[in-house]
Amino acid sequence: MSLETLGWQGLVILVLFGLSLLIATYCTYAERVIAAFLQDRVGPDRAGPYGLAQPLADAVKMFTKEEFFPGGANKALFIFGPCLAMVTALMSSAVIPFGNFLKFGDTVVHLQGIEINVGMLYVFGIVSLGVYGIMIGGWASNNKFSLLGAIRAASQNISYELAMGLALIAVLMMSGTLSLREITLQQSVPGEWHFWNIVKQPLGFIIFCVCAFAETNRTPFDLPECETELVGGYHTEYSSMKLGLYLFAEYINVFVASAVMSVLYFGGFNFPFQYELSQWLQSSRGLSADMAQNVISILGFAGLFLKIFAFIFFFMWVRWTLPRFRYDQLMRLGWTILIPLAIFNILLTGGLINFGVIAEVKQWWLTSPIAVR
Amino acid sequence: MSLFLFLSFVALLSALGVVLAKNPVHSVLFLILTFFTLSAHYLLLNAQFLAAVNIIVYAGAIMVLFLFVIMFLNLNQDTEPHKPMLAKVAATVSGGLLLLVMVAALRNVEPAGYNADKFDSQIGMVDRLGMVLFQQYSLPFELASILLLAAMVGSVMLGKRETGERNF
Repeated sequence: MSLETLGWQGLVILVLFGLSLLIATYCTYAERVIAAFLQDRVGPDRAGPYGLAQPLADAVKMFTKEEFFPGGANKALFIFGPCLAMVTALMSSAVIPFGNFLKFGDTVVHLQGIEINVGMLYVFGIVSLGVYGIMIGGWASNNKFSLLGAIRAASQNISYELAMGLALIAVLMMSGTLSLREITLQQSVPGEWHFWNIVKQPLGFIIFCVCAFAETNRTPFDLPECETELVGGYHTEYSSMKLGLYLFAEYINVFVASAVMSVLYFGGFNFPFQYELSQWLQSSRGLSADMAQNVISILGFAGLFLKIFAFIFFFMWVRWTLPRFRYDQLMRLGWTILIPLAIFNILLTGGLINFGVIAEVKQWWLTSPIAVR
Repeated sequence: MSLFLFLSFVALLSALGVVLAKNPVHSVLFLILTFFTLSAHYLLLNAQFLAAVNIIVYAGAIMVLFLFVIMFLNLNQDTEPHKPMLAKVAATVSGGLLLLVMVAALRNVEPAGYNADKFDSQIGMVDRLGMVLFQQYSLPFELASILLLAAMVGSVMLGKRETGERNF
């Protein structure tokens, strides 16, 4: 890899990092606007036009509030908890393919932080670490409600990780690869009808989606911060920006979960008729093959973000529609419904592959010029 | 090489932290850091799959349960059991003997140098691992899975609520 390519790739990483922070910031605004819309209220409209400066005002508020340490708290871990929550949330977007590639002359820039062989396992590993931030913060607060919230978060995450992993195995059985980029490329083969994974894995998607809600601690599974039972759950004792980091990490997790669902089940950066559009650009508009691919890549990048925004809206829609589960109901749903369903889904997928209903995936990009690896 | 030395340094330091930390929660956190450095060592050996699985299984699941239990127990200075002097002496002697055996066994080991021409950079990749596991070691793999299944059924049996027992 030349120095120039490396520089461009670094720029891409910076842009993606900035985008995930920006989206998480405006998620706080979107949450209020959507809540207001669903409850027939006005919502934030004071700070700036349409209330668009509301996240900035919130940040100023968070930073200038009093920093409070509860008595008897483990001070080092009390600070370490929210930091860890933020770090694990930000790390997972590194392997998500946000777009195909841009090619200028000999320089090929992939619109992805880093492509690794075991991308899906990487995301899964980081997600499983996300609970430490909550557990450490909850324990270090020296408060029984916080501790209960932390314990709830830990058991909930472990329970739903199992079903999530099992739902994922069905996708991996079809794709035969753990790389998120290859899983995306498989969902669109040039020159033939090819469906996104949602068509082949509807049950797996539903299981994965429910588990994603539980893993990001969103309503109806936000029991670690259940106000009616636990005051504020794991962040009862937190104030100022440390609380802000916890809330912010949740929105980044929602963003990453939406991105992973879009990539695994909704075609990632593929969109319908992209190859036809590329042909048309080349024949009618006289663009070179590389330039046509660049246009497709940028449109695909925008398309993936549209899918992500749709999922984020879905997360919020559910939050302001459904009431919270009871804790034993949550555990029963995870262990006695979702896990058996996921195992059934694996058997079903195996059977369908064996009898040739789901065709074996062609690794067409290995020989094709339009997908430089 | 410098990366290896740095990782080894962190690994040894955090492993010492596990033993020397007064607070059990700190011990657990040091142990998690140790697992991370071990995973980084696997990455240096080109074993991406092993590194990821090590993080998911040990750092992501088992250590969460460790932390879970330790937080529940609320261990501190007062609840620490005071072991008799004899037990401490016996533990020190047996630990020292283990060290002696390991040093004696590994003292004369020649590191099997790698051949740069024959070195296969894909050796630790997940598809290679699957090939070896499901072709060459198929029977041991299946036997291990039966062992794990038996352990799982056993733990479910132990945790199962019996008739007439109160839930909470």
